[in-house]
Amino acid sequence: MGQTMIEKIISRNIGSDSVKQGDIVTVSVDRVMLDDIMIPFIVDKFHEMGFSKIWDPNKVVLIYDHLVPSSQQDDVRHYQVGDRFAEEYGLTHVHRSDGICHQLMTEAGYVKPGDVVFGTDSHTTTYGCVGAFSTGIGYTEMAAILGTGELWIRVPETIKIVIQGELPEHVMSKDLILKIIGDLGADGATYKALEFTGSTVENMTISSRMTMANMAIEAGAKCAVFAPDEKTAHYCGVELSEWEKNLKGDEDAVYCKTLIYQAKELVPVMACPSQVDKIRQVSQLEGTVIDQVFIGSCTNGRLEDLVAAAKMLEGKKVAPFVKLIVTPASRKVYQEADACGALKVLAQAGAVITHPGCGLCCGRTGGILCDGERVVATNNRNFLGRMGTSKVEIYLASPVVAAACAAAGKIVLPS
Amino acid sequence: MSVGKIFKFHDDLDTDQIIASQYLLLPSIDEMKGHAFESLDPEFPKKVKSGDYVVGGENFGCGSSREQAPGVLKALGVQAVVAKSFARIFYRNAINIGLPVIVCKELPDQVETGDEMELSLTDGTATAGGSTYPCTKLPPYMQKILSQGGLIASLNKEEV
Repeated sequence: MGQTMIEKIISRNIGSDSVKQGDIVTVSVDRVMLDDIMIPFIVDKFHEMGFSKIWDPNKVVLIYDHLVPSSQQDDVRHYQVGDRFAEEYGLTHVHRSDGICHQLMTEAGYVKPGDVVFGTDSHTTTYGCVGAFSTGIGYTEMAAILGTGELWIRVPETIKIVIQGELPEHVMSKDLILKIIGDLGADGATYKALEFTGSTVENMTISSRMTMANMAIEAGAKCAVFAPDEKTAHYCGVELSEWEKNLKGDEDAVYCKTLIYQAKELVPVMACPSQVDKIRQVSQLEGTVIDQVFIGSCTNGRLEDLVAAAKMLEGKKVAPFVKLIVTPASRKVYQEADACGALKVLAQAGAVITHPGCGLCCGRTGGILCDGERVVATNNRNFLGRMGTSKVEIYLASPVVAAACAAAGKIVLPS
Repeated sequence: MSVGKIFKFHDDLDTDQIIASQYLLLPSIDEMKGHAFESLDPEFPKKVKSGDYVVGGENFGCGSSREQAPGVLKALGVQAVVAKSFARIFYRNAINIGLPVIVCKELPDQVETGDEMELSLTDGTATAGGSTYPCTKLPPYMQKILSQGGLIASLNKEEV
């Protein structure tokens, strides 16, 4: 019997060749990500559990991103707790202002194909973009991993999603994942893995794959994976081993469901307030007046996203009553977008370019909205109150659609 | 478990609604709990009494991995959460902090906020309005963690 990608990853991890979905196993953790919001709670639990050392400090990455730079005095307390913990327990992988955790984990080379990774943030699913098993957990379980290096998991069933052909102009991987979430529903993949395959994803950049893996959690998925290929090897700075080259779902693997899409049939879409699975075609929403546009986040704040937005806004101006906030996902993205001229184009069009970080996406800083306002945003959640008050309407879209809307001052199809 | 009053919420109830991100910086769960369900029912923390129950629909606790969400419910004295289904991170977090989360397909559609309910973890049943509904029994591993009061207590016991 063949295996799914997830079954292969977990089999190797536990040193077995017969792991199958539904098994409950204890995995050895290859890497963990701790973020600045959760760090004081992780430290408290770690001490409550009575651990005196971290199982392997080299496998621990601490990232300050939700609270950088500080917007309230309390934010600083979180850095202080994190810094003290890092010093006391010998953590060396500490990023204090380099960008958003999910961007940095792969960008800085902390995650490789086949790894088993946990993070204290639900969008930890992102690292499936390089063929890793990664998922979000709470701070109590993170504290337990820090002490033991292990966690029990149930091997998930897998939904196979096949996408064939070339995406039409102005349709991005964001439109594809929104469409899939709409079809699956917000709980359609709960406890399950998503395995993306087909010529469309084979031809995609790692950045585009990241967008899709990032949002898998919005359908409830435990994780999402793409088979590693030459692009993955180049991105991760490694040569693929024989095992990694074969890290893909077998033809005779068991899938609980298979969805098949033809890329040419896809159109730009949006997730409407206030559910990520409430998907409508942009053409059905045209004319809806907006107050703000946000291009950024771990979902869509990468170089290709900023370049796509800049291309759409070249020689244009943001509508006079609209605020356009652009947040590169990391300092590296910021520098690259600056070097290629994308930031200049966006600034000339009237964008406010902010520091890399999670700020606006998690409703903390840098463009918080108030009652009655409407925003088109490239991040991953449009829940009530996510980016301001509970009377803000959030429409999730691709960077190309968001940029077109910024210029028009209303929801429009890019042209 | 004792009889308690029900507070009922909708399908796909996300953890941002249980505790919004702007309160996650407060120094402790006790200081956060007064903001539970603020966008949906700001009076909830005052109305809920120790021993009450939260009832949800499908996909309860979806979204962010914040463990503070089950944390504030437990701190407010919520005895258990009963829903048609749970998002996976919320489910794990709740068990780990010792808050029972019980899947019951039928009960949520038959009850309203203010009704009284009684839950039996050992029988796997929920009783409300004179009817008893079957619930999914927790696997022994999770029952053990719950009965010991959560993952930390459970780990500490193993070491002893």
